[in-house]
Amino acid sequence: MDSIYKSLAEIVGEDYVSNKKEELYIYSQDPGMMEPHEPDYVVMPKTTEEVQKIVKLANEEKIPIVPVGGSMSLSGLVIPHRGGIALDLKRMDRVLEVNEKSRYVVVEGGMTQGKLKAYLERRHPDLRHSMPDSPPSSTVVGNIVIHGQGRLTQQYGFNSDMVTGLEVILPTGEVCKIGTCSVSPYWFALAPLPDLAGLFLGWFGTTGVITKLGLKLYPKKKIRDVEVFVVEDPNLVPDIIYRLTHTEMTEDIVVGAQPYPLIFKDILSIIILITGDSEEEVEFKRRMIWDVLRTYIDSKEGGFSMLPPDMKKMLLKMPSADTIRFADVMKGGGFEYSGPIIPVEKFPEAYKKLLELSSKYGITFGHSGRVIGRSHCMMFSFGYPFNRADPDNIERTKKALHDTNVASLDIGGVPWKPEVPAQKMIIERMDKNTLELMKRIKKLLDPNGIMNPGNWEAE
Amino acid sequence: MQAYAQQIHRCFRCGYCKFPSDFTEINCPSYSRFRFETYSTGGRLWLIWAWLKKEIEWSEHFAEIVFSCATCRNCVETCPMKFSDDIVDWIVAARSDMVEKGLILPQIRDFLNNISKHGNPWGTARSKRDAWAEGIRRYKLGDEYFFHVGCVGSYEERGQRMARNFAELLHNAGVSFGILGAEEDCDGNEVYMLGEMGLFQELAKKNTQKFKELDVKKVVTLSPHAYNSMKNKYPRLGDLEVFHYTQLLLEMIQQGKITLSKLKARVTYHDPCFLGRYNSVYDAPREILKSIPGIKLVEMERTRENSFCCGGGSGNFVTDLLGGSKENPSRIRVREAHETGAEILVVACPSCMIMFDDAVKDEGLEGELTVKDIAGLVKESLV
Repeated sequence: MDSIYKSLAEIVGEDYVSNKKEELYIYSQDPGMMEPHEPDYVVMPKTTEEVQKIVKLANEEKIPIVPVGGSMSLSGLVIPHRGGIALDLKRMDRVLEVNEKSRYVVVEGGMTQGKLKAYLERRHPDLRHSMPDSPPSSTVVGNIVIHGQGRLTQQYGFNSDMVTGLEVILPTGEVCKIGTCSVSPYWFALAPLPDLAGLFLGWFGTTGVITKLGLKLYPKKKIRDVEVFVVEDPNLVPDIIYRLTHTEMTEDIVVGAQPYPLIFKDILSIIILITGDSEEEVEFKRRMIWDVLRTYIDSKEGGFSMLPPDMKKMLLKMPSADTIRFADVMKGGGFEYSGPIIPVEKFPEAYKKLLELSSKYGITFGHSGRVIGRSHCMMFSFGYPFNRADPDNIERTKKALHDTNVASLDIGGVPWKPEVPAQKMIIERMDKNTLELMKRIKKLLDPNGIMNPGNWEAE
Repeated sequence: MQAYAQQIHRCFRCGYCKFPSDFTEINCPSYSRFRFETYSTGGRLWLIWAWLKKEIEWSEHFAEIVFSCATCRNCVETCPMKFSDDIVDWIVAARSDMVEKGLILPQIRDFLNNISKHGNPWGTARSKRDAWAEGIRRYKLGDEYFFHVGCVGSYEERGQRMARNFAELLHNAGVSFGILGAEEDCDGNEVYMLGEMGLFQELAKKNTQKFKELDVKKVVTLSPHAYNSMKNKYPRLGDLEVFHYTQLLLEMIQQGKITLSKLKARVTYHDPCFLGRYNSVYDAPREILKSIPGIKLVEMERTRENSFCCGGGSGNFVTDLLGGSKENPSRIRVREAHETGAEILVVACPSCMIMFDDAVKDEGLEGELTVKDIAGLVKESLV
């Protein structure tokens, strides 16, 4: 028997390791459009100790190792480009602690967004986490490792800004705690210590495996409501976002656009979510929001939509299943998107580019742009559904994706969770000393280059 | 078959299908057991498409993945896509392709061969089908109900007890009914789900032919699986009505044909997939339990549309493709039942009965949790 397989089986048990074609095939790809590449093994640990043993084995044998969460980045960040071990962490899906008064939760590295939401709803109904619109099967750690966003991002920043602590297996096999949990039994903050979490956030698993995560929780208000403000002129959007965020009354602000059905064509919908513990509070917030947008209503450049109950329900749903239904627009099971983080004032340029590229490549689109912080920046999604069974459609979508990444950088944005080709574009434009620092950190932490190789590589 | 080959790529593999509607826990039995993405519905559909595209070749492991789906319909319930209703049909169609080509596992082959030759999945002699039924009348013209007992009720000891419990209740309530005994045929639900369409059509034809010959107007089935196939998969037969035994039992209680006395017990109820998700019968069993004085019904976290399958569907109660581990769905489910503090896990399906009864033993919960069928519980509470 293959000695690596045997060692892995000794660590996790025969049931949870595979080198069979079927598992290798499925773990060679994500639902996006990056080229697949098979791992040599798929392994599913249950504990930190098992992860540690697997990483030590990989480091000793110099075998690549790719931590796998929900595989929902769509940009191929968990494709094992150089083979090796696909480390599926989803058996590690327990909530370890909820500290109500300090409002944080500690979860294992494979905890899914759906399960955490359900856990909090049942056991801590006054608390919530910043739920992204990715499917419930995506993982909480996967989201913070890519600097993901969620429903509370407009209020509190990137979801990775909500991290209060980490337990990480370093590529050389040491278990390392980050934040107050490295000193105290409590996982309440990264400060006041040197911020070592940055060595792992945004690195896509190239610097270690996160096995535990401390995450901020927030008050869950009793009532949620939604308003939709529509405009036709994209040039108005940055000011509308500026006015809305000035109120500090909104839970979430998302801009949406799509060409079909035709009633949505050339319309920009600014979806504004508000919360409160009483009708009075919600009404007050609603009035504040209406007041700051009054000027656009009076000039007839914009207005609030009447929302049918079904649409309201759909907009309030967490996660929004509509995000996934976008993959069936072409009846083809696929969508790909580049979601660069851009300055809010660049919205009109980005929107113009989206229309241009969609027309150039003869593909349809869907846009969803989430405001991050109080208008500090936004994620602007260029979303393209594609048909897996249509090679020509796939080819055109790939070209559109490439041009989108170039355009995003040209307007001053930075591709978010970039696929390998986009990572290379970022690296080309990156300050040389910054790049050198990244290389030094990577070399220091991962001397044998085993962690998720192919990602964030300068050469 | 072509239809599924041209549609199956529409699955995005988003993973909604792994969960119940509120995401509390993994709710796909095969994914819960194995945890490789390959065993989730999305993984399975992607592999089938890869097989159709010839990107992977058939292998025993591929067949294990395809046939380990219990066809519990959780994925249909939770998939957000417009094609969600077709998912189980796609899996059944792929199985059917494999069956036609002889590309199946030995245990599936034996299961189907035994039904074909002996009328039951174990290969027990056809003549022993009515061994449980001493004293129970054969159906005759004019009887109100034709009682279809099914394979588990006819051959498996715990299933036989269920059949006797229900037959006694019918008898005591003065309901006219009869069985076919050794002449009864398998209903074919599992055969259909395993993709053996030729054999299924043969079984459906035999059964409907008998209904016609005997002028049957009302069929009551012990198994939700039989209820499903006869109600939804058989050709429509005039004004023939099909009932699951819990529906008839509730009617008998409501009509005062059965009088119940106090039975003090804390119970939890498991929704069988072919009664619940396939046929939306959720309330009748609960109404029966509520009508027994002294019974306290405590629900498990996953109930009704979100019920977690016992893992016995698609013939798994015999082929056992999901067994051999603490993560066997039936073991997970009895742990969940035990957590409610219930002393009785009530079932309304003979397959669930044997799956859970075995699981209680495997979990070492004997003496703390007993699996009982709903008719048995009603019988215990008779005045």
